[in-house]
Amino acid sequence: MRTSGKGTASAFVVALAAASLGACSREYSAGTITVVEPWSRATAEGVAVGAAYMVIKNNGVAAINLVGGATPIAEAVEVHTMTMEGDVTRMRPVTDGLLIPPGGSIEFKPGANHLMLVGLKKRLSEGENVPLTLAFEPAASVDVEVAVKAAGGAHGH
Amino acid sequence: MDIRVLRYIRYASIGLIALLVFASLAVGLGWLQSGQRQSATLSGDGPKIAAFNLIDQKNTQVSEKDIVGKPAVLFFGFGYCPDVCPTTLADLTGWLGRLGSDADRLGVFFVTVDPERDTPDELAKYLSSFDSRIRGLTGAPDQIAALGKSLGVYYAKVQTGNGSYTMDHTSSMFLLDAQGRIVGTIPYGENKDEALAKLRQLAAL
Repeated sequence: MRTSGKGTASAFVVALAAASLGACSREYSAGTITVVEPWSRATAEGVAVGAAYMVIKNNGVAAINLVGGATPIAEAVEVHTMTMEGDVTRMRPVTDGLLIPPGGSIEFKPGANHLMLVGLKKRLSEGENVPLTLAFEPAASVDVEVAVKAAGGAHGH
Repeated sequence: MDIRVLRYIRYASIGLIALLVFASLAVGLGWLQSGQRQSATLSGDGPKIAAFNLIDQKNTQVSEKDIVGKPAVLFFGFGYCPDVCPTTLADLTGWLGRLGSDADRLGVFFVTVDPERDTPDELAKYLSSFDSRIRGLTGAPDQIAALGKSLGVYYAKVQTGNGSYTMDHTSSMFLLDAQGRIVGTIPYGENKDEALAKLRQLAAL
């Protein structure tokens, strides 16, 4: 393709915009922290707990520590690790946060680490977006919208 | 005809015969009965379900007599579990949908390891997002312990601070034949095709 420098530049910008729309339509950033595709599984009316999943990237040059979060729809947000020993599942709240090294990321996904929404004040309904603020140390926070997907939906395995 | 061409024909014939012999053996042994049955092999040497008395999410009495009589899927979890249990229930809901009418031949049970919090009402709410054929069982801790022990299930209450607790538990699903014996398991995170193959095989027992 032969274009002027200006044409190439604008084509590049358009391609970038298309790529960001197509590949990662939902990213939330604050400072050096980026949160990708936060989602949750729908819950039935009256169910007390839910879980939120996402990828958190630390684009900075220093480690950050995810210490918790808050959402208006639950009494508390806890950072949980999940380990499988043999076929025994063990879920634990982290007490000192979850460290994300500089340039690193952590993935919250079903059957692994997750953010537990404790004491749901309302059900998580498929199709809605739930606000969630993630809290980090050193002091930083990222506001995200958690997309609620079908309870019985597949999740990729 | 060129001798080389004849030789090729001979080799090809031998190859073809070998292939036919292999294919008929494979069909005979059931390897090719169904693409999805290739690797599922359920066998009935496992432990047998113990006697118990529990109630389901509709307050109906359930004993081991309600489980034996047809093949069953049993797994253990708790309602305050935000991740592994709903993921398992979601997987199972998807699989039961894919099984179609085969699924009706199975009994499907979710047994709480946390009867303290999981009353029948709580179980009813928790399970309402998932396939309606899944029966939730709760009741006296010693009855749940008897049932769990007979199948080799591990679970334990773990304090997490602030008076709260969680449960460690075996995450596999147990597949029982119509006599209540373990004939296989579906481990957490099993791939869909393998799980479906096992469930189809179980439904055909």
